[in-house]
Amino acid sequence: MTDTLLTVRNLRVTYPGDDGDFRAVRNVSFSVGRERLGIVGESGSGKSTTGRAIMGLVPPPGRVEADALRLGETDLLKTSERQFRRLRGRRIAMVLQDPKYSLDPVMSVGQQIAETHRTHVRAGQRAARQAALDMLAAVHIRDPERVYNLYPHQVSGGMGQRVMIAMMLIAGPDLLIADEPTSALDVTVQQQVLVILDEMVRSRGMGLILISHNLHLVSAFCDRVLVMYAGQVVETCEASRLGEARHPYTQGLLAALPELGHRRAELPQLRRDPAWLEDIVPA
Amino acid sequence: MITLEHVTVSFGSGASRVDAVRDVSFRVEEGAAFGLVGESGSGKSTILRAIAGLIPHATGNVLLAGREVGGRRTPAERKMVQMVFQDPYGSLHPSQTVDQILSMPIAIHKLDRAEARVAQALAEVGLGPQHRFRYPHQLSGGQRQRVAIARALILAPRILLLDEPTSALDVSVQAEILNLLVRLRRELGLTLLMVSHDLAVIAHICERIGVMNRGVLLETTTADDLAAGTVRETYTQQLLRSNSGFDSRSAELDVAS
Repeated sequence: MTDTLLTVRNLRVTYPGDDGDFRAVRNVSFSVGRERLGIVGESGSGKSTTGRAIMGLVPPPGRVEADALRLGETDLLKTSERQFRRLRGRRIAMVLQDPKYSLDPVMSVGQQIAETHRTHVRAGQRAARQAALDMLAAVHIRDPERVYNLYPHQVSGGMGQRVMIAMMLIAGPDLLIADEPTSALDVTVQQQVLVILDEMVRSRGMGLILISHNLHLVSAFCDRVLVMYAGQVVETCEASRLGEARHPYTQGLLAALPELGHRRAELPQLRRDPAWLEDIVPA
Repeated sequence: MITLEHVTVSFGSGASRVDAVRDVSFRVEEGAAFGLVGESGSGKSTILRAIAGLIPHATGNVLLAGREVGGRRTPAERKMVQMVFQDPYGSLHPSQTVDQILSMPIAIHKLDRAEARVAQALAEVGLGPQHRFRYPHQLSGGQRQRVAIARALILAPRILLLDEPTSALDVSVQAEILNLLVRLRRELGLTLLMVSHDLAVIAHICERIGVMNRGVLLETTTADDLAAGTVRETYTQQLLRSNSGFDSRSAELDVAS
């Protein structure tokens, strides 16, 4: 791949504990180009921690180590917190699950977007306001002038998530990490938010990492999928061919999903093989 | 077993009155499983609460086992209907052991053989004596939801109300809980009324399904028709498309709010 935005080689995230270190993420290697990469797994599989490690948001005493962790030409392992603050927003951005908790409750949503703009770009009040309004229009908010002045509690979940996306994209990042961006939303609203994400990624030539527990969603939306289990990537495949997954864990997860039109008396339950926990030695 | 006739549930009064459920009627036969799907704010959970007697219904009739029930329930009426909530983290008392949690309904209803009933309820949901004296935080999400189901079953109800019982759980744990519900229904002859936003989950458990939107029961269909896509309402078709993961056709982008 000539256009690699992010390179991750042998990523490890470790939390020290009373009974030894807990390895939340281990042996994780992948790269992201201008594409939509999905990371799926169950809770505790390390998918969100992987996203946070890339953002430099693993709090101490957690340790992030890797053979390589590069954003374009920037070595993220050698980036100080001060330098990271300039990267975040400008080069990489993150959308979290619930807009209710990610937006500042005492500031209008428009001001929050404008503030993000001014953090990264030298701009006056009026120019920042205009940029925020343009961005709101870009995420298909019909009446940006009105929405600009609304406070987070006055907007619906779907609208809040559009505001988050607008705020994350206003500084024009190369890579967007979306951690369960639609899990707190209703199904029909989920679709709208996904379409907007898709449109933004395409029109701006960004890379997207979509972290989700929803296998159907990831296989329908992404180009490639990483399946994580117990801190490791157990399988990588083309998203459209997730149904032909080879790892027994992925197969087990897919089989455990109830399916419309294919009613089974009993859903096969996942049998966890202790062998899946063994370290996958990087080739 | 459950009959709703023109039930309306309202909150507030005067100008601030909101009809969360409007003129909803349906019947669920004994031993059947009926599902309600819809998005947040559609009134599906409100219906469950009205049937459970947690909130009074404003107008219309709720009949359980052929008898009309009102805002004040007799102990026997309350015992007949039990409910399982969405979030097993929030619905179990954090400083009570499983034993205390399961003993509470027995004490309230002044039943005998408390010891045996607790043990039996635990066995029914696939938990062992080793779980009995643990606190909720010492259990996994799936085990917690089993405790919540055991608490509902301990009064030997005839109707089980399930409010998104698996949506806080991982896929593999969801399968375990769904299998448990199917087995319990068969073995105990329970009548189930389940609410979910996940069509595949609802269709796995229920034969008949009601689609709700903005407080109104739009249509009643069957799991088979839903799977075949032979549904009447455009809204139901939209839900069906949304459930398949991602489909840009199902999104109407330019909505005002």
